[in-house]
Amino acid sequence: MNTEIMVELTYLISAILFVVGLKRLQSPATARAGNAIAAVAMALAIGATVVDNQILSWTEILIGVAIGGIIGGLAARMVKMTAMPEMVGLFNGFGGGASALVAIAEYLNATHGGTAVGTSTYGVSIMLGTFIGGLTFSGSMIAFLKLREWMTGNPITYPGQKTLNALMFLGVIALSVMAMGVGGANPVTMFWVMLAVSLVLGVTLTIPIGGADMPVVISLLNSYSGLAASAAGFVIMNMVLIISGALVGASGIILTMIMCKGMNRSLTNVMFGAFGGTANIDKSQIGKRPVKRADAETVAMELGYAHSVVIVPGYGLAVAQAQHELRKVGDLLEARGVDVKYAVHPVAGRMPGHMNVLLAEADVPYDRLFDLDEINDDFPNTDAVLIVGANDVCNPAARDPKSVIGGMPILDVDKARRTIVMKRSLSPGFAGIDNDLFYNDNNLMFFGDAKQSMADLVKAVRELA
Amino acid sequence: MGELMIGLYVFTLATLAGREVITKVPPTLHTPLMSGANAISGISIVGALVVAGRAEGTLQIVLGVAAIAMATINVIGGFMVTDRMLAMFKKR
Repeated sequence: MNTEIMVELTYLISAILFVVGLKRLQSPATARAGNAIAAVAMALAIGATVVDNQILSWTEILIGVAIGGIIGGLAARMVKMTAMPEMVGLFNGFGGGASALVAIAEYLNATHGGTAVGTSTYGVSIMLGTFIGGLTFSGSMIAFLKLREWMTGNPITYPGQKTLNALMFLGVIALSVMAMGVGGANPVTMFWVMLAVSLVLGVTLTIPIGGADMPVVISLLNSYSGLAASAAGFVIMNMVLIISGALVGASGIILTMIMCKGMNRSLTNVMFGAFGGTANIDKSQIGKRPVKRADAETVAMELGYAHSVVIVPGYGLAVAQAQHELRKVGDLLEARGVDVKYAVHPVAGRMPGHMNVLLAEADVPYDRLFDLDEINDDFPNTDAVLIVGANDVCNPAARDPKSVIGGMPILDVDKARRTIVMKRSLSPGFAGIDNDLFYNDNNLMFFGDAKQSMADLVKAVRELA
Repeated sequence: MGELMIGLYVFTLATLAGREVITKVPPTLHTPLMSGANAISGISIVGALVVAGRAEGTLQIVLGVAAIAMATINVIGGFMVTDRMLAMFKKR
């Protein structure tokens, strides 16, 4: 068998293994093996490429691999689980950036002798790869800065923003056509201008999106990074690149839709609605009504003598680093014979599935975690619900179509016999509105810092008879 | 059938296959799914190796090396952090 067929077959096996690896992600029990299979697929694809291509100089390649390997390895080992959204945001950018660079280098190689690429498949693929990759790169950097809070989470808007963005998009199309050699302008110059406009567009499309909507944005940019890889695949006509890019593209768009559904917003509304900051909401009337307060001992009695308890963790829990104490409370309650479940809302963390990872880190078994659809029917038969650092995701106002969060799927915690909200104050969540749940007759407010309150609760549950 | 059409068939069918497989990933694993997707999008390292391997001018070489570095960050970082997360998921 000749080398070419061997190489192509290796690419085919690699593509199959990527799909098999992703399929294993359908259960936490097989997921780790699935990730390893995908890594093998990657190694095969890289091996086949090295065999297939005459590598003129290894030095440069090894330098690139060494730099990337060290940075990637350190980042993967050191990143805190709470910072996963930033890391994924940054990596989306690198994925897009790498694909754009491939397209750019290919364009420069092709036009080296003064020949234009022409309006061919090849030319169009280069333009698409450069545009999507460039936009993904700069957009991801903004998403990273917003998530890291090195930049304001409030939407940045200015008059004519949408028109300007639309004009820039049309500009990219026109410049791309000229960069392929149509119209007589210097194609290479037009190409650089097109790249610059793509990078600017990535920034101007991301800055009007509020911090609370970043989970949607990083999911969407995740999808784009895949599409950019596919476009790079069309440039060099490599099927494994096209296939893997398509898989990532599909994954990102599915997660984007799930997050939009979790917030009851359309993708258009997230992208162009400039929502998600809390700058323009009147907060003067919030938290003025009377509530029932409880201390750790009361809460311990409510939970300790219940048959069934559902715990609703929100991002405030992770901010306070209280997930380990929470798990201790859960364990103590289970030891007393209480049925303990955890209810995780789709937007509980700062990215899809984030809260589940934070709870897994605190050794909460994954078979005790339930999503919204799985647990909502259980609330009427639940004795007590403990809500820790969550707010909007259990605000009954979502049932009122006129509310800002009207129609958002919520956890029906108010249908349980007793609710206990652990929170610093009555301040509103991301949506910026008051939560009627706090003022219900069967609700208790357990005020304080989540970590301290949890520690007090652990002690109080231990002291129960 | 031209190369473009073959490529489009492959792209479309891979997207559909991806949709079938990924819709069934439970919400619990959505974060590892995203970081795993980061790693897979590092597949552009294949493209980076091709262009870096045949680059002629200095600028092309620099671009090729930068592409390899970025893609490697995704591949190594993506697979490692996904493994780190998945190792934490335990059943009772």
